[in-house]
Amino acid sequence: MSHDSNWQTKLITMANQIARFMESKPHAEGVAGLASHINDFWEPRMRRQLFDILDQGGTGLRPLVIEAAPQIRRPATA
Amino acid sequence: MKDFVLPDRDFGTPAAKSKQMVTLNIDGFDVTVPEGTSIMRAAAEAGIPVPKLCATDSVDAFGSCRLCLVEIEGRNGTPASCTTPVAPGIKVHTQTSKLKQLRRGVMELYISDHPLDCLTCAANGDCELQDMAGAVGLRDVRYEAVETHFRAKDTSGGANPQWLPKDDSNPYFSYDPSKCIVCSRCVRACEEVQGTFALTIQGRGWDSRVHAGARADSFLTSDCVSCGACVQACPTATLTEKSVIDIGTPDRAIVTTCAYCGVGCQFKAEMRGDELVRMVPYKHGKANRGHSCVKGRFAYGYASHQDRILNPMIRDTIDEPWREVSWAEAMEFAANRMKAIQQKYGRQSVGVITSSRCTNEESYLVQKLTRAVFLNNNTDTCARVCHSPTGYGLGQTFGTSAGTQDFDSVEDCDVALIIGSNPHSGHPVFASRLKKRLRQGAKLIVVDPRRTEMVEGAHYKAAHHLALRPGTNVAIVSALAHVIVTEKLYDEAFIRSRCDWAEFEDYAEFISDPKHSPEAVELLTGVPAEEVRGAARLYATGGNAAIYYGLGVTEHSQGSTTVIGIANLAMLTGNIGRPGVGVNPLRGQNNVQGSCDMGSFPHELPGYRHVKGAEVRAIYEKAWGVEIDPEPGLRIPNMLDAAVEGSFKGLYCQGEDILQSDPDTRHVAAGLAAMECVIVHDLFLNETANYAHVFFPGSSFLEKDGTFTNAERRINMVRKVMAPKQGYADWEVTQMFANAMGAGWTYTHPSQIMAEIALTTPSFAGVTYDRIEEMGSIQWPCNDQAPEGTPLMHIDGFVRGKGKFIRTEYVATDEKTGPRFPLLLTTGRILSQYNVGAQTRRTQNTVWHDQDVLEIHPHDAETRGIRDGDFVRLASRAGETTLRAEITDRVSPGVVYTTFHHPVTQANVVTTDFSDWATNCPEYKVTAVQVSPSNGPSEWQESYEAQASLSRRIAAAE
Repeated sequence: MSHDSNWQTKLITMANQIARFMESKPHAEGVAGLASHINDFWEPRMRRQLFDILDQGGTGLRPLVIEAAPQIRRPATA
Repeated sequence: MKDFVLPDRDFGTPAAKSKQMVTLNIDGFDVTVPEGTSIMRAAAEAGIPVPKLCATDSVDAFGSCRLCLVEIEGRNGTPASCTTPVAPGIKVHTQTSKLKQLRRGVMELYISDHPLDCLTCAANGDCELQDMAGAVGLRDVRYEAVETHFRAKDTSGGANPQWLPKDDSNPYFSYDPSKCIVCSRCVRACEEVQGTFALTIQGRGWDSRVHAGARADSFLTSDCVSCGACVQACPTATLTEKSVIDIGTPDRAIVTTCAYCGVGCQFKAEMRGDELVRMVPYKHGKANRGHSCVKGRFAYGYASHQDRILNPMIRDTIDEPWREVSWAEAMEFAANRMKAIQQKYGRQSVGVITSSRCTNEESYLVQKLTRAVFLNNNTDTCARVCHSPTGYGLGQTFGTSAGTQDFDSVEDCDVALIIGSNPHSGHPVFASRLKKRLRQGAKLIVVDPRRTEMVEGAHYKAAHHLALRPGTNVAIVSALAHVIVTEKLYDEAFIRSRCDWAEFEDYAEFISDPKHSPEAVELLTGVPAEEVRGAARLYATGGNAAIYYGLGVTEHSQGSTTVIGIANLAMLTGNIGRPGVGVNPLRGQNNVQGSCDMGSFPHELPGYRHVKGAEVRAIYEKAWGVEIDPEPGLRIPNMLDAAVEGSFKGLYCQGEDILQSDPDTRHVAAGLAAMECVIVHDLFLNETANYAHVFFPGSSFLEKDGTFTNAERRINMVRKVMAPKQGYADWEVTQMFANAMGAGWTYTHPSQIMAEIALTTPSFAGVTYDRIEEMGSIQWPCNDQAPEGTPLMHIDGFVRGKGKFIRTEYVATDEKTGPRFPLLLTTGRILSQYNVGAQTRRTQNTVWHDQDVLEIHPHDAETRGIRDGDFVRLASRAGETTLRAEITDRVSPGVVYTTFHHPVTQANVVTTDFSDWATNCPEYKVTAVQVSPSNGPSEWQESYEAQASLSRRIAAAE
């Protein structure tokens, strides 16, 4: 699969937007809320790109996204 | 094909609402009616029509024509039955020798000043004056009128100053003063039903004339909004549809549902043969109650416009001209391409967009196509770009995305809080009903950056207009909640019984923080704190308070958060679960509610059930005999991103023009251009079709059976009034395509599709075509618990159990103004045009709005050297376009506004790809821009136009 840096930039923005909302919740609830939001609404190839970003250190992602990563479903490789 | 079933009689005066019943005797028959009913209406209900001219049941009694006189035993004189209320035990006579004589005398006078050209008159056979002349037995006119209003020349051959020429300025109806009997029905309909007050009776006595606007105005230049209420009310040929003048009177009527906005007005399609003569609003339509707007009433000409494509077309690449082919060849071509793409790039490489313009049954089939035939969940619908945050926000707080009320509820509303919506333009028939309530004394709060027509109008004015800076909705809604909580205006009993008290306490602590106070956010929002406090107090304490909101709430990067904030406000104040209150999302398209209900979203099966639920998937796996993908699919913006990235290659797009309607046109174009098979299914070669390889011609709403679901969750019947001009209803086309892909579907009528929906979706379990026929319409949920449907939601408790308060932290959008782009652009609608204009631009509605203009404040215009009407360049970080400027203080300094009804303007070239955090609903309402004088079209507009005209070529038949 090719990596579109524009798309990755966009996904970072989207993940951070979700984080900004979830950050106002009690911490544990926010972490779980962020993960389940991404699990529920992000198609596998979006999650796959997110994990590519995370696996490279998660540069640009807010801490809550990185903290929630273990609870996000990692899609099978395409 | 079915004719309408309910009698559509005119009872003369509106129904009384009293629960107290009164029995009286009319012509020897006892009649029991609610207290306050007129004698005229009581008689009509008993089957005894009293002759009348100035009375009609859409407006209050007026008592001017003196034809409806009756005699009452024990009372003097001959009172007018329209203005005389019933009383217990009275004995009324409607036909006595005295009354007969009086009525004939009245008719004689009317007829003496009326042309007797009945045979060639457009109202011949449909004229109440003619009917009444017959009813009263008028046989002779003894008065030789010397002066008349109807003779162009007087007896000596000179011009008759009393004669006025026809006013044909309105494109849809004509006003012929020579036929007017000055009954005032049109004037009263304009006031009472529509609420525009454009018409008046000018002059007195013999000089009394109906007139639109000021002395020098015509209908077109007056405030008239062409809703048609006056035409409908007119008892003669004075106000007549031009289509009736051209064609003749209709011979039958079929009740159907308008295909414009989410109000869902019902109309009688009045036909002669298979020609549509006129659309008349249906009195028993529960959303519109006999009213209409210019779009539904008159702007249906697009359905027979010459631009309609009637043959399927294909091409190998988008730079080739289109080739017209047979349906079979088009299906084979499309299916082969999609199959090849899936083989090469995988199951997930294709998807669909269902149409919010098409029927429920059609949307259901399109999402079924992707889930059961393509075997993925890549389906989305135009709700993505409008009300997807409503689905998320109300789902989280209340447990369902459903709007909570019906439109009738507005009649019990004491305070209307309108946020980010301009019903006057976007939902005009609802606006008329709201304005009627406002004239009765209900209070109004408007939250909108622009001074819309809803802020102030004829006999209404908002108590508070919070003219906020675009992008600060969450700050304002939170400030309102802050006032309600800190001033203890909340409804503790409601919160304790209906919501989770601990969650409320958490929310109260959050919202009480001084940073949410109106004073603290004043600099951010630009709204004076006192206005916010006043609005909050009014909303919380003014009686039944209802929130109506639109895309000004949802189309923001914090759209979902604002919806949550709105739900919090309603829960705080206990404004949920009874008539007159609630949270009411005003939906844009005729069937956007339905397309969402039908499982058009990539994460939800029909009935809003997430695809991750194994038990839900099992229902469809059993019904369809396939395995359902448990992973959510791509949303529209994600499809385009994936296309640019190279993993999404094929799209079936039914009745939606994403290239024009979606944000960041260049990105949409790049996504479409990267696909190998784009199938567009539409009435016209729309903008998206510039990038399509297959074109399936679509059918109009007049040409098929089915159902639309409006903003009140009301399932209305759509009835076929003529055969599809291109041969097939849209559900048949989708079925042909699915079958070409190997589906083996065998539907022969949309009722079978609805049966499948009812079988698999709990909230539709009780819905059948027979039931809708019987009840007229049904509001879902409709099942064993609610066999009659559900007009009001959450009556005894929230759908999710306890209402959930959720914190709403304000996060500024990333779209920020700066030195290069110092102004904020926000977008909206205009009354006469609809959405991307594909339909209304192909009607004479263009006389009201032939181009999009940019509204700019005088200060901002002056510093840029821009004069009214100048061509200006509108540029953002995403792109630039040009259009003409209109200088107005409707917008605040720093804010500019435009509509996106015309493809040539390409307003979405300017909008960015920022979107709502939860749903990816685009942030149409906030774009940082710069405006400067310009000489003509931008480079993009020119290259776009060149590409479009190249792409629209159709090869000549061989």
